[in-house]
Amino acid sequence: MEILNLIKEKFQEYVVLTHAQCGDETVVLKKEGVLPVFTFLKNEPELDFNLLSDLTAVDYLGRTDLPRFEVVSHLYSLKHNRRLRVKVLVPEEDCVMDSISSLWIAADWYEREVWDMFGVRFEGHPNLKRLLMYEEFQGHALRKDYAVNKRQPLIGPVN
Amino acid sequence: MMETKDKVTETRHMLLNVGPSHPAMHGVIRLVFELDGETILKTDVEIGYLHRGFEKMCEQGQYNHAIPYTDRLNYVSPLINNFAYCQAVEKLMGLQITERCKYIRVIMSEISRVTDHLTCIGASAMELGAFSVFLYMIKAREYLYELVEAVTGARLTVSYGRVGGVKADLPEGFSDKTRKTLQEVRKVVAEVDKLLSRNRIFIDRMKDVGIISKEDAIAYGITGPFLRSTGVNFDVRKAQPYLVYDRMNFEVPVGTHGDNLDRYYVRLEEMEQSMRIVEQALDQIPPGPVLIDEAGRPVQLSENKPIKAADMVDEAKMGRIRGIAERPVQLDPTLQGSTKGFHENINVENKKVVLPAKESTYGNIEGLMNHFKLVMFGHGIKPPKGEAYFAAEGANGELGFYVVSDGTDKPYRVRVHPPCLPIMAALPILFEGDMMADMIPTFGSVNMIAGELDR
Repeated sequence: MEILNLIKEKFQEYVVLTHAQCGDETVVLKKEGVLPVFTFLKNEPELDFNLLSDLTAVDYLGRTDLPRFEVVSHLYSLKHNRRLRVKVLVPEEDCVMDSISSLWIAADWYEREVWDMFGVRFEGHPNLKRLLMYEEFQGHALRKDYAVNKRQPLIGPVN
Repeated sequence: MMETKDKVTETRHMLLNVGPSHPAMHGVIRLVFELDGETILKTDVEIGYLHRGFEKMCEQGQYNHAIPYTDRLNYVSPLINNFAYCQAVEKLMGLQITERCKYIRVIMSEISRVTDHLTCIGASAMELGAFSVFLYMIKAREYLYELVEAVTGARLTVSYGRVGGVKADLPEGFSDKTRKTLQEVRKVVAEVDKLLSRNRIFIDRMKDVGIISKEDAIAYGITGPFLRSTGVNFDVRKAQPYLVYDRMNFEVPVGTHGDNLDRYYVRLEEMEQSMRIVEQALDQIPPGPVLIDEAGRPVQLSENKPIKAADMVDEAKMGRIRGIAERPVQLDPTLQGSTKGFHENINVENKKVVLPAKESTYGNIEGLMNHFKLVMFGHGIKPPKGEAYFAAEGANGELGFYVVSDGTDKPYRVRVHPPCLPIMAALPILFEGDMMADMIPTFGSVNMIAGELDR
């Protein structure tokens, strides 16, 4: 709990809410706060979240109280044996957030996957192209408004 | 007269495409190498050829409907995926599973870990020409698959985990059979150790090849045997123990160089540690229902004569229900170990989560309604609104499931963190500076499983 309070106090302007449901400590951020907060989480010796366990997104289509997308990252600190979940709110109309691949190189592929599946763009990513689907694929498959039975013509090699 | 001219030889880097369908690729993946002679300068990794939309499909059904899909993630150790998913949902619901179920999950997970490592070492040794090692290890894996088959009814697509429990209890004589099998596997591992660990050809191919530093491995988010081979002592089973791993006495092997040879040693030692865990778990597991008497004859759990399930349903339809609720049901062999007597040992006591024992479904209206309430759309397991991330130690590293619930009976989002994805992302630096032929042992030690990589 003390980490959550620490982050909340230090970054009042960015933190939307915090909770520790099911024992998973969670911080919800405005997307403007991505770089300062993640840099702090990684470099502050008392936190030292050096391992990016996972980065993904969730599409909350149709909710009105908060923006549509949440980019969810799970951090782990090898030194302190502690986990933290950071959720970044990304609105549909401005579907872009700062890339954290400069902090954890692991984010490179995860961000490509989020772009591929959810269409959230990452500012400052070195090579933002689709990871799992092919370049010509239309739309983003894990969005809630992408029908599960939708078919697209499969295309052969480009060259 | 001819004039001699200095000939300038033009040198260019060559692009070499390997895959997506290539015998040395352990699945469908495409690598594009930029070569200077035979030295690899750059690698471009292209994945996604086996993408089946796992996460999208999980959102379409109920919570238990995702379990068969998890079998097909890491198909070399599907049981670990089953249990990790179930535990993520259980964490979300705050369910406490029974002691016996915890032990069953530990035993089956560790057996799966051994099968996974056997496959990885065997396949990568085969690619270096050690074909007998491959055959020996697959033989040992076959013994373990027989155990898995005895418990789950299937070798590969096991679907054995259930939210709140497992499908069925362990079969009769499982403990003795497992101990015997582990001795056989130990023999094979010792044999392979003799064949490879001091083999000049093997060591020359593996040592100082595919090196990754501790810092790079952490930066790429790599976990599991791969991270441990670089010297980082991180194992989810030790760091954040789940199930009953805190009661087990086992070591975490750690390497020093982070090269292929260290990864081989780490995996070899991990198999022994996993087998130790299985043996300890078999000693500690709380006894299930007594199945055989002292003379070794099977014991009826009920005094009444068993009735075939179909007959029971027919009787009940006719209204001849007197006494059938008490009679044990003779079920299809695939349902063995999930009837009354077993059911309460391996499943949580929560009617909103676990299907009733089959006797109840066939024999009384409460059980029947309970069953239907759970399998009908809109009425199944309904975790409270919220989210949970559960990390288990898969055979390749941290296997994480992130489950989001919106309070309905369908998962709002299921995300699996595949342990070999970060390793694949790090392939370019693993290959960089090595020879083209070194790509084979390095790629073998990555133990890429396309099923979980592409999902």
